Amino acid sequence: MWNEIFLVPFLTGLVLAVLLPVLGCYLRLRDEWLAALAYAHVAAAGALLALLAHLPPALGGMLAAGAAGAGKRALAGRLAGGAAYAFLLLAGWALAVLLTANQPMAERLGHALFDGQLYFADAGQLPWIVLWLLAALAVLARLSRWLLLCHLYPDFFRAQGRKSWPVQPGFNLLAALSLALATMNLGVMGAFALVFVPPWLAFRRARNWRGGLLLATGFSVVAYGLAFFAALHLDQPFGPVLALVVMGLALLFAA
Amino acid sequence: MTPLLRVEGLVAGWQAPACQAVSLAIGAGEIVGLTGPNGVGKSTVLAALAGRAKVFAGHVERRPGLRLALQTQEVPPVVGLSLAGSELLALTGASPEGLPPWLAGRLDLRLDRLSGGQRHYLALWAILAAPADLLLLDEPTNNLDAAGVAHLVASLRARAAAGLGVLVVSHDAEFVKVACDRVLCMEASDVE
Repeated sequence: MWNEIFLVPFLTGLVLAVLLPVLGCYLRLRDEWLAALAYAHVAAAGALLALLAHLPPALGGMLAAGAAGAGKRALAGRLAGGAAYAFLLLAGWALAVLLTANQPMAERLGHALFDGQLYFADAGQLPWIVLWLLAALAVLARLSRWLLLCHLYPDFFRAQGRKSWPVQPGFNLLAALSLALATMNLGVMGAFALVFVPPWLAFRRARNWRGGLLLATGFSVVAYGLAFFAALHLDQPFGPVLALVVMGLALLFAA
Repeated sequence: MTPLLRVEGLVAGWQAPACQAVSLAIGAGEIVGLTGPNGVGKSTVLAALAGRAKVFAGHVERRPGLRLALQTQEVPPVVGLSLAGSELLALTGASPEGLPPWLAGRLDLRLDRLSGGQRHYLALWAILAAPADLLLLDEPTNNLDAAGVAHLVASLRARAAAGLGVLVVSHDAEFVKVACDRVLCMEASDVE
């Protein structure tokens, strides 16, 4: 395990296991947990397109997800009833699967993203992901009060003369880019599992918001560690093992 | 003294005008009630003053730098959310000082663990006690029992004495009579 071939991906995923549940709490607050799945699928499609264009997949994934996050508001305005995320999810999934099926170059990465095999991050990426974590947490700490206020007292927020930017569009962009990074490293459903399940548990069990963030993060880190070792030991795809571990532990502690 | 808010011939609405022309002025320390039958546009006037609804005609003049706080009839969606009462107050900057005893000791609890009435009053308090110069309240006595209404009246009076202006929309005639310095009644004709 302490061989670099496993250590670096482990540490990369661990950093993401800290960020994703925190993001997930704010997505759940806004009833936008489906956004995580949408951004992950769009990121997967973007990564595959980038690969075919001989560009770094992570860059393609982040650009695609970033465009989705930035354009979400315009899309939501045109597609009533919360359909924007469903459309993004379907479009991303369809494009990614078709690319995987028809482009030999995209096959290996496509399967890794959707089957949930760990995308082996190299040592050069880890410092950037750590920096992203620190920056994202700092931004969330600043936005937290306004995100909560926007959701609970939107009229009070507006009456006080506060502007939507950078609170809502800023958060959308942050969530999209973070999900893209996570998708590149944990796979589509692995990223979604950490964004959805720990906050679900936290909202049920925590005594307050701050406690909920800590509970979600702690739970995510423990579940991620157990899943990583289990997948390695059992020689199984990481994504499904992570999903089962996260869900199993959450149901155990949810009652 | 310059009023906090002066409204002249305001016609407000959403896709179309929803009320007749309204004129009023509110000074610091005044509690003004706005009453009238359902559908006459009272809440729409409030929404227009807060920048939500559209102004079709008339003029709204606010004192420069005026800090507004608005309470609407919509209940904050806190059920299922892991948010404590103290955290809710912190969001709006509301002080817990002055909360009734039946609520003051429960601020560490999750909001969805409080009774409906306790939760409603705390959600109202978060606006009532927020830093503001002018407070706009829309049917604040909904879901309050007699003790809650009495506490609300006392709190409004205390805040008004400290210089806060209040415009309150209410169909609760008893509350309006006890809490307000003057009352404007909106009917089908122009109101002044």
